[in-house]
Amino acid sequence: MRPRYIQMNENAIEIQNLSFAYNPHPVLEEVSMQVKKGEFLAVLGPNGGGKTTLMRILLSILKPSRGQARVLGSPPGTLPHLVGYVPQSQSKADKFPITVRDTVLLGRLGPLGRWRHFTDRDSELARQALEQVGMQDCAGRNIGSLSGGQRQRVLIARALVAQPQILFLDEPTAAVDQAFHTRFYDLLKGLNDRGTTILVISHDLSVLSSHVKAVACVNRSLYYHDSAEISQEMLEKVYHCPVELIAHGDVPHRVLRHH
Amino acid sequence: MLEILQYDFMRNALAAGFLGSIACGIIGAMVVVNRLVFISGGIAHASYGGIGLAFFAGFPPSLGAGLAALVSALTMGLVSHSRKHRADTFIGVIWAVGMSMGIILLDLTPGYRVDLMSYLFGSILMVPASALWTMAGLSLAITILVLVFYKDFLAMSHDEEFARAMGGPVTALYFLLLVMVAMTVVMTIQVVGLILVIALLTIPSYIAEKYSGSLKQMMLLAVIISTVFTQTGIWLAYYLDLTTGATIVLVAAAAFIISGLLPGRSIKGKAKHKS
Repeated sequence: MRPRYIQMNENAIEIQNLSFAYNPHPVLEEVSMQVKKGEFLAVLGPNGGGKTTLMRILLSILKPSRGQARVLGSPPGTLPHLVGYVPQSQSKADKFPITVRDTVLLGRLGPLGRWRHFTDRDSELARQALEQVGMQDCAGRNIGSLSGGQRQRVLIARALVAQPQILFLDEPTAAVDQAFHTRFYDLLKGLNDRGTTILVISHDLSVLSSHVKAVACVNRSLYYHDSAEISQEMLEKVYHCPVELIAHGDVPHRVLRHH
Repeated sequence: MLEILQYDFMRNALAAGFLGSIACGIIGAMVVVNRLVFISGGIAHASYGGIGLAFFAGFPPSLGAGLAALVSALTMGLVSHSRKHRADTFIGVIWAVGMSMGIILLDLTPGYRVDLMSYLFGSILMVPASALWTMAGLSLAITILVLVFYKDFLAMSHDEEFARAMGGPVTALYFLLLVMVAMTVVMTIQVVGLILVIALLTIPSYIAEKYSGSLKQMMLLAVIISTVFTQTGIWLAYYLDLTTGATIVLVAAAAFIISGLLPGRSIKGKAKHKS
């Protein structure tokens, strides 16, 4: 339909006139965006503004009402082995009988394919992913016995274990402690430096401002700020969006000055 | 005590209890972790419509129950997918309508009225050898299906959205699970009757979950617990001259209460690692 060969190679995400409604309430309206490969994009916006919905569409968890999206040049859901996902922390799975190790192993589901079983290599990758988030000592524990922050780290490991080309994170640090927080964003930066495209929904500008390369604000519509470096200007643009700020970390006053 | 084993009907009953326990343990574990208890109850009761139809139209009642269970399982699956916010209401309606159709169809059936109690409360002492083969086949099929798709079922049960994002065939697995619930229900009707099916699907799995570190372990433990319940219930019912299905369920209920008083694995795990 559209001759977009060049962009298909350059863009990790292409969204065209995308709309979504939980009928009859519109959540996203005519959203368009292009995200380059290797981008580190922060998605901001108020609660209920559609950030999570947009991410779920890109992950093929939800189907858009209108418009289309492409992830790594293909429709969402067709390249699960290249995609990593850290969902919002939820307490629903609390009582589920599964160990930390097995939870992370399930992150290998996409790369594994339907008819194969987990191998020693998958176990080794799971061990490494747990090390990356500092949870290797908890591998044999049941997920229900962990604290919220620890569980969140396990879910991060579950996304890393797939060694994805594009990583979607939905408020990944909402429950974790400050020490891990900084370490985690450095970890993301390392992945990004090695070419992983990253989309992160977060309210936490204090850390984001030193790591992300671009910002998108979602509040039914989408405002995209492509910025090669983090600047005052970008921060100002961010504040023009209706963002709820939760500021902590080393630079809270800088963040709040523009608020 | 072993002299009752010389009776064919007793040997068949114990075998039926064991075979039913395999399916109930494996599928019950997935019913519990996926919160499908209400749907399972609905499938069990709606299958009565098929039993009524079978008597009315003159084909084997177990075939009727199986078809009705399958149709209602798939209908409830569609409803719970498309009308999520009112799914429980629709399931309740299908539950009652299926049951009522069974009653009316039996009213309309001329001639001898079979003992309906045996379908409502089980007829494990009258299980023919041929039914045992069917039960064995269904249990084997369920075991193989769950083993083949284990990692996918695990992913779906643990985190449905993540499984979807990882390309897991979540919708197909959901319907496959419902079909297996229907198969299990039909088997278990023989053992404890359609009203009490829900007890054998939930109680062993609930107890098993407390002591399990994985879904696989939970399934295996639930099979063992369910087997203990059915065998104990059959013996007790024989010696005390009680209705077998209800005795099995009360044995399960007693264990359910006792297990509630005992600490489970997760509590111990928490006490050990205070962090």
